[in-house]
Amino acid sequence: MAMAPPRKGENWELRQQLNSEYRDKRADAIKRVIANHTIGKDCSGLFPDVVKNMQTDDLEQKKLVYLYLMNYAKTQPELVILAVNTFVKDTADPNPLVRALAIRTMSVLRAEKILDYLASPLSRCLKDENPYVRKTAALCVAKVFDLKPELCVEYGFIETLRDLIGDGNPMVVANAVAALADIQEAAQALPPSPPPSPGRSSPPPSARPNSHLFAIDPPTLTKLLVALNECSEWGRIAILNTLARYKAQDQQESEHICERVMPQFQHVNAAVVLGAVKVIMIHMKNVTRDDLLKSLTRKMAPPLVTLISSPPEVQWVALRNINLLLQKRPEILANEMRVFFCKYNDPPYVKVEKLDIMVRLASEKNVDTLLGELKEYASEVDVDFVRKAVRAVGQVAIKIDEAAERCVSVLMDLIETRVSYVVQEAVIVIKDIFRKYPHSYEGIIPTLCANLDELDEPEAKASLIWIIGEYAEKIENADELLGTFLETFKEESYPVQLQTLTAIVKLFLKKPDESQAIVQRVLQAATKDCDSADVRDRAYIYWRLLSSDPAAAKSVVLSVRPPISLPQITVAPAILEELLGEISSLASVYHKPAATFIGKGRLGAEEMQRRVLEPEEEVSREKALQTVVAGNQAENLLDFDADDEPTSASISGIGADGNSLSDGRISSAAISNAAKSTNPLDELMDLFSTASMSATTAQPVAPASTVAGVPGLQPNNDPFASLSGLSSPPSAMGSGGVSPTPPQQQHQQQKQAVGGAQDDLLGLF
Amino acid sequence: MASLVAILDVKGKSLIQRSYRDDVPPSYIERFLPLVLDMEEENVQVTPCFSNEGINYMHIRHNNLYLLALSKRNSNAAEIIFFLHRLCSVLTEYFKELEEESIRDNFVIIYELLDEMMDFGFPQTTESKILQEYITQESHKLEVQARPPMAVTNAVSWRSEGIRYRKNEVFLDVVESVNLLVNASGNVIRSEILGAVKMKCYLSGMPELRLGLNDKVMFESTGRAARGKSIEMEDVKFHQCVRLSRFENDRTISFIPPDGEFELMSYRLSTPVKPLVYAEASVESHRGSRVEYMVKVRGQFKRRSTANNVEIYVPVPDDADSPKFRTSVGSVVYAPEKSAFVWKIKQLGGGRDYLMRAHFGLPSVRNEELDKRAPITVKFEIPYFTVSGIQVRYLKIVEKSGYQSLPWVRYLCQNGDDYVLRTITDAKSSSMIAPL
Repeated sequence: MAMAPPRKGENWELRQQLNSEYRDKRADAIKRVIANHTIGKDCSGLFPDVVKNMQTDDLEQKKLVYLYLMNYAKTQPELVILAVNTFVKDTADPNPLVRALAIRTMSVLRAEKILDYLASPLSRCLKDENPYVRKTAALCVAKVFDLKPELCVEYGFIETLRDLIGDGNPMVVANAVAALADIQEAAQALPPSPPPSPGRSSPPPSARPNSHLFAIDPPTLTKLLVALNECSEWGRIAILNTLARYKAQDQQESEHICERVMPQFQHVNAAVVLGAVKVIMIHMKNVTRDDLLKSLTRKMAPPLVTLISSPPEVQWVALRNINLLLQKRPEILANEMRVFFCKYNDPPYVKVEKLDIMVRLASEKNVDTLLGELKEYASEVDVDFVRKAVRAVGQVAIKIDEAAERCVSVLMDLIETRVSYVVQEAVIVIKDIFRKYPHSYEGIIPTLCANLDELDEPEAKASLIWIIGEYAEKIENADELLGTFLETFKEESYPVQLQTLTAIVKLFLKKPDESQAIVQRVLQAATKDCDSADVRDRAYIYWRLLSSDPAAAKSVVLSVRPPISLPQITVAPAILEELLGEISSLASVYHKPAATFIGKGRLGAEEMQRRVLEPEEEVSREKALQTVVAGNQAENLLDFDADDEPTSASISGIGADGNSLSDGRISSAAISNAAKSTNPLDELMDLFSTASMSATTAQPVAPASTVAGVPGLQPNNDPFASLSGLSSPPSAMGSGGVSPTPPQQQHQQQKQAVGGAQDDLLGLF
Repeated sequence: MASLVAILDVKGKSLIQRSYRDDVPPSYIERFLPLVLDMEEENVQVTPCFSNEGINYMHIRHNNLYLLALSKRNSNAAEIIFFLHRLCSVLTEYFKELEEESIRDNFVIIYELLDEMMDFGFPQTTESKILQEYITQESHKLEVQARPPMAVTNAVSWRSEGIRYRKNEVFLDVVESVNLLVNASGNVIRSEILGAVKMKCYLSGMPELRLGLNDKVMFESTGRAARGKSIEMEDVKFHQCVRLSRFENDRTISFIPPDGEFELMSYRLSTPVKPLVYAEASVESHRGSRVEYMVKVRGQFKRRSTANNVEIYVPVPDDADSPKFRTSVGSVVYAPEKSAFVWKIKQLGGGRDYLMRAHFGLPSVRNEELDKRAPITVKFEIPYFTVSGIQVRYLKIVEKSGYQSLPWVRYLCQNGDDYVLRTITDAKSSSMIAPL
């Protein structure tokens, strides 16, 4: 600024024009400035010249100058003051459009100086006779709060906002509600000092101290319910969000809310529909009247189904939410599986989600149609989708006992296509079917073995080897087949090596006479030539077991394992509850609690301190999460690092001081660890990089004994699968989304039982 | 709630952007496409919403553009994604086509619209008719200053006051689209009817309208015996002008309509429907030399009706060439860009069936890729006919000035965007298709 700009170039030219005596030229120049700004050129040098053009009767020109100011006020804080006069004058303009524009723009200029001049125009606009100005001013309060909370308190803006909830105009009500909710959220992120404003209405007993910024009491509730039916679609969303936060006083009130919100299902805006679903899911918990409950679930289905014919992106958001809803209330869409059939030209992200939901809805009644459909998908071109379709066949088989045989025959048909990736996926899936129904479909083993040469993916190979090992006594040439893998032992990936090793040991235990040589060879190879510690360690364990006590070896390696099953939910129950309370938000779309993906500051010490000082509204949620954490810790058999005091272990590494936990609550860090344990790999990686090993206490080891029967068909939530994926060796099959109980792990458990080899797992870390 | 909204070109460069809150720096816009490409490379599913380094990216695609919203909080994803779609349709209504060029040419007005449609990250007004009243292409002159239309904040936010017509007319179009999926053996495995009641309203003042349909639920609740057929709509969606609580109470559809054209309601029925226009094809493929098709089409509806503008899309291999067609009705063209040929029949009578044959050459070098196995798709329109049997019983129009007005009603049945038949069968025995 200080330097005299050169007297040529575009900016100089523009300056000339901005100062021209002709209105047209000036208007034109402003447009060019904005055009330059749009393509990313820096126009801050023209600030004083543009501001000169602020006083104009041309609304469009005014808007452009305001836009310019919005973008460059930050860069020229000392010059912004030039504009103040015009702004203040415009907030009193006879045209409401200008008044609203002025107040709207003024409150986003991030300049301290402007703010001081803003207060009195804003309080005037909040009481403007024109609703358009009032609704704009309502949001301005939230903007000001964002910049300078003290100002809002000093001038009592927040009380004025609360008064606006009773405004006669529904749009004003909606914006007031939106602003209050925003302020509430912002206030929670502030240090705990902020101003307790003298509450006008007495907060309901359930309200927590800091939530009195925006407490919803029964009279407010009535106003909101009235406005809900009258305001625009976006206003409805704001009001529905607020209704979701309201804690009903009694059952009758919950029923009342549900009844009043239900008509919103008919709205054309998908976000309104999902907002209504959210409110109802929350308040439904208190409803016990049977007929109402029934009618609520019955009425929820059709609008959800209609969402499936929205544009693909909306559809996807809806599908993710439906997926959550079904985990809690699978009966809602029990008869609607057909609408989730994939269209030929659906985008892949929609197809995958639909597939998941179809499996969720599969039942004995519709399984035949579903299998026909899945078979059709398996012949499409998108490799990824085809694999998922094949996987879905396996999931159906595990879910519905009666359909298992039909699933197997579909899989056999698919293997006959001899398309490489279909065959490999089918083999993996069949392995799971064997784990659920041992000794049921042995007839297909020869066909599987015939495809041995086609397998080139580690997971498929490992699966087939596991099958051969498991049924070694029934397969005549098992030693021959396993021998082929042994020949390439060194080149194979670790999961395949581990499987080969185990399978040959099984073979030896089943047919000791014929396979002495081969077992010798594999033990040699695994202990001498292998550079994976896990493979080597396991080989040594087998070796010792076999040489010292063959009977013990037999009981360890060949013991009967519990069958796997398909879990109903993919996230922990407490988290599911939390997510259901946030339907339509990003958290429910990602299926992760909000704390795991927003602001890094959330996990900081400051944040925790705040939480300790003023416990959040959602005490119940924390309690639920605590239970999860505690449960995890209790089941955590393999954790050696954890001291007896669980909390200290879980916070170390996050960098919080122990004092903040003095009240005995489990720290929020631990909670978020627990939450994180449900997240995919990358999240875990984060955790590992930041937290020391002890931080893993919170998400360890699919608690060995109990979970043994639960397959992690969803890789996301299965901590063990992701853990093992992280440091790949131990679970050959666990990684790809199948099951925390591949045989090796059971061995490990058993080894534990025998009392050895825990260091095997420790080596993991 | 969104912190920033931007429109990006196909290379991920921002064409226009508007920041609503200062918590997300605009520099994050440039990271969007690289992130998407990274995900594609790592074989991770690219979804409409994803989060990276604490920033949430929510986007939709339109032609060659990305409409992107960024946020730092746990925003309402449904709201934002839906808003982006609305933004798209408003801009399309303003500029006919929403594409790079129209954005560059109209940046001033887009800034104005962005300013008006969203404030501090909260969507405000997205009715393009109302917006057009105070945000126009010509700049305002001194004398006539734009004021916010009453409608922006009114309870009736979709209609302005003081509308006048010399002749008061209403046109009602009941359009039903049929979506269905037929499997290879010719059975319908999924079908649904998506209906829409579209209105063109040319009425003066603030008229109160009431629409009566042969709605089964209403007949039952009023205890009236239905004369003739009544239908059971499974899910009904209304334009925001319809009073939802009134409908919930007594199934009355009452409303003050917006001016001009709009969609009053849509509904869905999943009653089983047989394919109105049935098509099947048998293929005889000689890899490396040629492929032959025989397509059969049949109109499976009343003899009195006719289907107009029937188009049957039959997929062919990507590398097919030198097409030859023979048919008794209509015309056939090869559409290589869609990897299909299209059989167009102007009028297909009910109960009639026709045959056509096609012959393509195939390159002698065999294509390594698998056949896509795309299904046959069909387009058609059957006027004066609805599959569901829906009927408009009355449309009552009351305005305080008491003028007479005329409602006109039309019915149309057409294909939905998912009318698909997987009825292409491989003719293994070569006798099925005689040489062309």
